Order: sequence, then C-alpha cells, then structure tokens
Amino acid sequence: MLHYEDFSEGQIFDLGSYYVSAEEIVAFAREFDPQPFHLNEEAGRNSVLGGLAASGWHSCSILMRMMADAYLNRSAGMGSSGLDEVKWLRPVLAGETLSGAMEVLSKRVSSKRPEMGILKCRWQLRNAQGEAKLDQVGVNFIRVRAP
Amino acid sequence: MMGLAYEDTAVGLSFDLGSYHFTREKILEFARRFDPQPFHVSDRAAANGPFGKLAASGWHTGAGWMKCYVATNQREEERLRAAGKPVSPVGPSPGFVNLKWLKPVYAGDTVSYRVKVTDKRLLASRPAWGMVLTFCEGFNQKGELVFSFEGRALTQRRQ
Repeated sequence: MLHYEDFSEGQIFDLGSYYVSAEEIVAFAREFDPQPFHLNEEAGRNSVLGGLAASGWHSCSILMRMMADAYLNRSAGMGSSGLDEVKWLRPVLAGETLSGAMEVLSKRVSSKRPEMGILKCRWQLRNAQGEAKLDQVGVNFIRVRAP
Repeated sequence: MMGLAYEDTAVGLSFDLGSYHFTREKILEFARRFDPQPFHVSDRAAANGPFGKLAASGWHTGAGWMKCYVATNQREEERLRAAGKPVSPVGPSPGFVNLKWLKPVYAGDTVSYRVKVTDKRLLASRPAWGMVLTFCEGFNQKGELVFSFEGRALTQRRQ
C-alpha cells in the first residue's frame, strides 16, 4: 500500500491506456450530457468538435478511472478537495485510445491534520498521435504512513 | 447559454438548474465504472474511510451538475423558440478552474444546482464569439454548499 512517503516531487506515473468506444460516449451522454454532438456521429461531424465526441465530464471520469487503476487503489487515498484547473484541449473522439500520465508537482503534510498528506499533481490524457486532450492540475490526499 | 446570445448574457444573471438525487444504486453504478476507490464502492471501506459512509464520486457530483445544466438549457431554448425568439446554441467550453468538492455527497442526498454569470469578454481570436464566465454551485438538501467551480463557455454573438 502506497503512502504519502512513497511519492516524491517530480515523480511521473504512467496511467496506462483506455479505449473510448462510441457506445461508451453515447451511454455517458444519454445519462449526463445529452447534447447532439455527444449522442450522434453525424451531429458530431457537423459541430465544431469534428466527430462523435465524449462529454468533457466523461473524459474527466475516464481519467479518474485510470488514476484509480494505476495508483489510487493501491494507495492509502483520502479523496481530494478539488482541482485548480481543468483544460479540455481537444475533443476526445470515438475510437481513440488515450494514454495518461501523472506528475507530482509538490507535496506537503496538512498543517491541521498531520495524518494527511497533500499531493499537488498534473494529470494529462493524450491520444495515440500524442496530442494532448485533457490537462488537470489538482490535489490527491494520501495518508501519511508515520505521522 | 440558455439560448441567449453573448449580448443578452448579462453579468449577474443566474439560473436554478433543478436537482439530482443520489441514490445508493446510482452512486455505486457510477463509482464501479469510473471511480472504484474503496470508499465509493463498499459500505465497509467507506465506514473506515475519509467520509465515514458511502459517498458519491466527485465526478458524479460534477456530472449531476452537467445533467441539470443541459436539461435547463434545452427547456429555455424551447421556451424562446415557442415565443418566436432567436435561439443561440450553447457553445463549447475550454474547461474550468477552482473546482471544489466541499462536502461529501452521501447516498440519499439531493443536490440542487445553480449557475450564475460572473463576467464576460470578447475574444480577439474569434470575432463571432465571446467568453462567458460562470460560478456554478451545488447545495445538498440541508442547504450546505457541497460543490462549486468557475465555468466558462464560448457564446455566439448576435448575428
């Protein structure tokens, strides 16, 4: 189990890859973001997004899944208070395979809660061509092994 | 947003977006798909975790905002159309800043969402569009602010 002490500033984690199917895009959009360019290939092609594109909240959720699989579910995670910044840089299109990376920007122990470490991180998703799709900066809370 | 062109999107304008009910089943379904951290998918792990009991993924809380926002947009656009007024479709968003998960959203909670226009500016690079800045919030049934972020959306100028 990874704890706060196991993360270091500048460390980079590979978050693996994730195939985004048209079915998954449409299923998420039906439930949470039913705009035509997230539901229908033709409407997507005729929009500024240029094809059937995932809801921005869907791409954030995909990144969350990749984070959980890559490191959070083997870490003593304590959640997150939020994100400084989320950039939807390019649309995530049906049929793309995304790869993710995380960089630890800085780390500190909470002054109010000595058992809680705070990692400031940057997370990115890119497609197979290396184009950046999503960029997030925010925090992960990770338990301190020896407070 | 809400069918309004950039010129009609006044700073200070706000909309109640309705609410989303976080059932235990919806929380588990979302978390199993997108955020399978123990405290989102197991009552036992949640009891010993940071939130004390089963809580929704923060991205589920965010997706709930979007669901209510899109539904309100579609209703408002329909209302304008029925009144014979021009409708300006909602434009894409480049992202947002300062997203805060302020309190856990627990099974059985109902979150009511809101959006308020805080600022707007024209874009030198895209003369047909402006950028509208918003403050977006979610309150639980006790009136506690549980979620907020500062959104932005490209908005078409009047033709």
